[in-house]
Amino acid sequence: MSRPLLLTCLALLGLVAASILVGAASMSPVQLLSDPEGLKLLLLSRLPRTAAAMLSGASMAVAGVIMQLLVRNRFVEPGTTGTVEAAMLGLLAVTMLAPGVPILGKMGISAGAALIGMAGFLALIRRLPPEEPLMVPLVGIIYSGIIGAGTTFIAYQADLLQYLGTWMNGEFSGVLAGRYELLWLAGLVAGLAYLFADRFTIAGLGETASIGLGLNYVQTLWIGMITVSVVTAMVVVTVGAVPFVGLVVPNIVARIMGDNLRASLPVMAGMGAGLVLASDVLGRIIRFPYEIPAGTIFGAVGAAVFLWLLLGPKPRAR
Amino acid sequence: MIAIRNLSHRIGGAPILTDVTLDLPKDGITAIIGPNGAGKSTLMGLMARLLPIQEGKVEVDGLCVTRTRTDLLAKRLAIVTQRVGVASRLRVGDLVGFGRWPHHHGRPRPEDHEAVERALEAFDLVELRDRFLDELSGGQNQRAFIAMGLAQETDWLLLDEPLNNLDMYHARALMARIHALSRAGGRSVVMVVHDINYAAAWADHVVALKDGRLADQGAPRDVLTAPKLSELFGMEIGVEEINGRPTVLHHA
Ligand SMILES: Nc1ncnc2c1ncn2[C@@H]1O[C@H](COP(=O)(O)OP(=O)(O)OP(=O)(O)O)[C@@H](O)[C@H]1O
Ligand SMILES: [Mg+2]
Repeated sequence: MSRPLLLTCLALLGLVAASILVGAASMSPVQLLSDPEGLKLLLLSRLPRTAAAMLSGASMAVAGVIMQLLVRNRFVEPGTTGTVEAAMLGLLAVTMLAPGVPILGKMGISAGAALIGMAGFLALIRRLPPEEPLMVPLVGIIYSGIIGAGTTFIAYQADLLQYLGTWMNGEFSGVLAGRYELLWLAGLVAGLAYLFADRFTIAGLGETASIGLGLNYVQTLWIGMITVSVVTAMVVVTVGAVPFVGLVVPNIVARIMGDNLRASLPVMAGMGAGLVLASDVLGRIIRFPYEIPAGTIFGAVGAAVFLWLLLGPKPRAR
Repeated sequence: MIAIRNLSHRIGGAPILTDVTLDLPKDGITAIIGPNGAGKSTLMGLMARLLPIQEGKVEVDGLCVTRTRTDLLAKRLAIVTQRVGVASRLRVGDLVGFGRWPHHHGRPRPEDHEAVERALEAFDLVELRDRFLDELSGGQNQRAFIAMGLAQETDWLLLDEPLNNLDMYHARALMARIHALSRAGGRSVVMVVHDINYAAAWADHVVALKDGRLADQGAPRDVLTAPKLSELFGMEIGVEEINGRPTVLHHA
């Protein structure tokens, strides 16, 4: 096991312990395990909440790095390029037109919309000059702004604005057993992406290099896009997207470990899980006994880290 | 043999290549020469199925490049393009390792590791193997990509201006290496070169392109003559014989 992976796992263990112990009802570890009320709290709320934070963090980090390799630009993630907004638009549409559809169906429609949104973004940036890398995130922000504005307008007309807030800003206080299990599927899809780690890394070298190595580039592109869309939709539907996870985590890990996904993907997943869980735990502590959504905390810190990545010192040799 | 038949290519209506018919002989080094914009890179791109063929036909050892599966072709033919482009943050060793990917698709065997070691050694990259590509000089970067192409160990190796960015030492080392391969290893190399003297010294066969058309082809001593080169490049070029080889004196 590589050292970064080991450190990530150790940090995760500590965070899981903290997440299980911290909450509005204070319980000692002994109470949680022996007291029937404690056990109920543990199984129905604390463990599902911990799992939800980790699964969404891990899968969004994976979705982020896949998107970065496909787009060949470090400064993109589903949340800044319209994929999250498209997923919300799809979800809004089924909520309005067919509210009775079961959650898996809603997720499917949302994922389909996310896929279309992402394909639109890829088609848009094909025209951009490769020597202007900052154009790509800028176009992404404008593109996502347009889809987002349209979605907001429709939601406003339909009096569904309060939903948008929950889809956009990841929050885990409402997570209970039975209401988050879709996230395991998101985790599974992100895990399956590991089977394609080499392909995504090669795709990151560009289309010509990929063809030269005999990679089926178009197929790889589709596999990546489907992974990103499905993960995004599942997270949006269950807990809401946590902004900047897909951007910040892969950038930090790539600085240290580079872009060879076979080595770095597990670390990215672990760090995504850890940082979102840490935001959630912090959100529970800062204004105890009230809670601040994890998405708000990560969004604030993540935006600062993003700026630093854009403007800060360039990576050095180790 | 790479057989090129009636190959034409247009971009946005403008003719880039016009009716090129050409056989690139197996074994040995073929040098493609010609002025900037003559269509050399386009020709290479078409031969290596990087660009879709619009008109005409290319066969690599009897395999039609448009109809053969791309993963099969990757075991027959490797290409290092002129602009290797924005580098990912990969380590040199990993990049060269990906040259073996067509052969193992993710499960490297001992012979794959050996091929990577050979390529790293051949290009003086052993000490740089743990460096990231975005922390290399231009020439080191170029060498890493050529090493990746070499590690692919295909029958055909296509190099588009491989000597770009290389210092004299590494340029000669590269030429000596591919010359040895084309002799002992039975592999064929096609390369675009601008320095005619490298073509004269190392190539077995020279192809001259101008304005998208085949201008000439043949043995170096037949193609690299003062009248033909002057015509090809549109300037007075003197050619002397030094050590039995045509040598272009283009600085005077
Ligand atoms: N994407 C493109 N769009 C428009 N024109 C192009 C494109 N790519 C190449 N060309 C044109 O096609 C012609 C041939 O280009 P090519 O790159 O094959 O030349 P070359 O012989 O490799 O030149 P050099 O020695 O400069 O590398 C040039 O006139 C070039 O301007
Ligand atoms: Mg060229």
